Amino acid sequence: MSQPPVRPGRIRRAPEGFLTPEQIGEVAAGRRDFLRNAFVAATAVAAGSGVARAADGDPAILTLPEHSTTLGRPVAERPYGTPSQYEAGLKRRESPGLTRVAAASVSFAPLQGLFGIITPSGLHFERHHQGWHDIDPARHRLMVNGLVKEARVYTMDDLMRLPSVSRIHFIECGANTGMEWGNVAVPTVQYTHGMLSCSEFTGVPLSVLLDDCGIDMKRAKFVLAEGADGSSMTRTIPLDRALDDVLVAWGQNGEMLRPENGYPLRLVVPGIQGVSWVKWLRRIEVGDQPWAAKDEAIHYIDLLPDGTHRQYTSIQECKSVITTPSGGQTLLDRGFHNISGLAWSGRGKIKRVDVSTDGGKNWRTARLETPVLSKALTRFNIDWVWDGSPAILQSRAMDDTGYVQPNYAQLREVRGTRSIYHNNAIQSWKLAESGDVSNVQVY
Amino acid sequence: MSRFTELALAAALALSAGATLAAGKYEGIGRSATPAEVKAWDIDVRPDFTGLPPGSGSVDRGMEVWESKCASCHGTFGESNEVFTPIVGGTTKEDIEKGRVGAYIRGDAPQRTTLMKVATVSTLWDYIHRAMPWNAPKSLSADDTYAVLAYILNLGEIVPADYVLSDKNIAEVQKRMPNRNGMTTKHGLWDVKGKPDVKNVACMKNCKTQITLGSSLPDYARDAHGNLAEQNRVVGPVRGQKTGAPAAPAAKPHPALELMKKHGCSGCHGVGSKILGPAFRDVAQRYKGDKSAESGLAARIRNGGSGAWGDVPMPPQAQVSDADVDALVKWILSGSPEN
Repeated sequence: MSQPPVRPGRIRRAPEGFLTPEQIGEVAAGRRDFLRNAFVAATAVAAGSGVARAADGDPAILTLPEHSTTLGRPVAERPYGTPSQYEAGLKRRESPGLTRVAAASVSFAPLQGLFGIITPSGLHFERHHQGWHDIDPARHRLMVNGLVKEARVYTMDDLMRLPSVSRIHFIECGANTGMEWGNVAVPTVQYTHGMLSCSEFTGVPLSVLLDDCGIDMKRAKFVLAEGADGSSMTRTIPLDRALDDVLVAWGQNGEMLRPENGYPLRLVVPGIQGVSWVKWLRRIEVGDQPWAAKDEAIHYIDLLPDGTHRQYTSIQECKSVITTPSGGQTLLDRGFHNISGLAWSGRGKIKRVDVSTDGGKNWRTARLETPVLSKALTRFNIDWVWDGSPAILQSRAMDDTGYVQPNYAQLREVRGTRSIYHNNAIQSWKLAESGDVSNVQVY
Repeated sequence: MSRFTELALAAALALSAGATLAAGKYEGIGRSATPAEVKAWDIDVRPDFTGLPPGSGSVDRGMEVWESKCASCHGTFGESNEVFTPIVGGTTKEDIEKGRVGAYIRGDAPQRTTLMKVATVSTLWDYIHRAMPWNAPKSLSADDTYAVLAYILNLGEIVPADYVLSDKNIAEVQKRMPNRNGMTTKHGLWDVKGKPDVKNVACMKNCKTQITLGSSLPDYARDAHGNLAEQNRVVGPVRGQKTGAPAAPAAKPHPALELMKKHGCSGCHGVGSKILGPAFRDVAQRYKGDKSAESGLAARIRNGGSGAWGDVPMPPQAQVSDADVDALVKWILSGSPEN
């Protein structure tokens, strides 16, 4: 599987046990000729072919591979496709020691390997409070009750007959990056920022259903969303939010929601932390007061330096992170690199992203990839030539309200160091001469 | 059901029957909910106690419920940190008087317990009733919910040991909640149009003179997430770093481990350690030499039960095929080999 180097001077990590400690020292000292020869010799042994062939060119070109000389596999052999076997490393992962019970845990999306802005449905992060279920959609019901003219019940068939919309939005757990409030705690962007995903969601606006039930606009101030799982998760949503761009969704990226993401029905609350996007949605109640449900009175409350807690904090403020290169990775080469990452804001669109390679002394404005959508991930890129010297990479996003993503010192000055939720500080990745990138915090 | 509730239900029924005529705007879509349907699902309880059903429960009764259904996860005194964070601890008599938790103000709280955080007693009633016990949500009666909550409040010294909590006196308890004055909604992070509390400016050139590395990843943390080389793509501009303990030669896992995961057994049982239910190896140990163990365990998996290993009930697992039950039982009784 491993291919020989094809570009002179290209530094690749040596296979295990391939170089002696002395030889590793020579590589570290930048002896590239030595490295090339050593690789050529090693591949010759590995491939059972002569040095002469390497001199002629790349064996990957000169020797026709099996896939060019044999019959391939038939259509629909895998009727619901799966990624290439070579992509097995990128998957949802848990952070060891973060939670004690797997049914009330979280898995992180592998942001270090994703492109564009859409998270593949199978890699969408998970956070369950009492385990997930695969619910029969024929038996699932949505009830709307409370301050409405008529409490009503909808089947999935009913809901999917209504006029639907499809919109791309990010979802971020309020605790995303929470492990880093006090200090650096985890190695890669998967674990620092991976409670973040972005999908095209399809569903009916909640306003359509509230209208259908005859919402009492004089008295209604809030709605309660409730799930059908064991925990029957409940969250309060202010009425102006509920009537704005909130969806009762069944679709995700062109397919039905995945069970881990709330199949067959979930709430989509753009800009608001993930816990409000109630999964396996079974009920909407309209009321005139907030509910102080468990996850808005015991968790997802922010502890401030003066000892008070903030309740109902739920906006995910403007934030960004560089995903390539990022913590736990190694750059293979000096020379040209495209620094790429993600930016998002719960208050609207991303207006600008700046990138620094010197720890925040100087900044350059990055290119934003289209589409740039409200309350959705936006991909940014910037050209960079790495000369081999140490660097500290940072990104800083600005949204269309003019809000600029803060640094750690600014965030801690207001919110202290004992909080967990809503950490949107600027992330720093330290690049060493070796090409190794690691997670650091810069002041 | 009280006479009053019956009347109210009858009135609601009449109202909803009338309203059906003026049903939804989308012809043929949705229908009115019956009062019984609304009652079945409308279980939320608000801070003003709207939704709270009538009932009562004593601290003593609460202790019984607690020990049989709650203690395995939360510890006998609500202080366990084994499965979930502690419910009780960290509050004082002074906190109860003032409604502010002093440990936060002083900043010396080693851990935040539920009673240190929650400002509204309704929240506890609501969540216990809707989601507890962990493995059998919504199985507690209203009276048992009052009782369990009374027990928790007593552990926190919020109510005395002879207290009987009910819908009639819960508002009095609210006045003693230790953090009742410690919660604020005065911030800009609820409303999308709210005012942010942190302000940065987009400086572009010579923004600082010195870079201080305040915090770097310690080696143990770098290695705690396994081999990062295996968590990155094998092509592209970067590779993952090789971290973590060197991978042991992969021994093939026992197929029963897959079955155990597939059927959700691992949520409650560990191979060598107790989770909610006993460790499989403890089960094998107990039934060593017992010829009826195989059929007995198979029946236990299929039908559920309680008592053999304490009072946490084992739910029935009717969805597991006979072949899988058979394979699991044989594997458990053979000492649960991992390979």
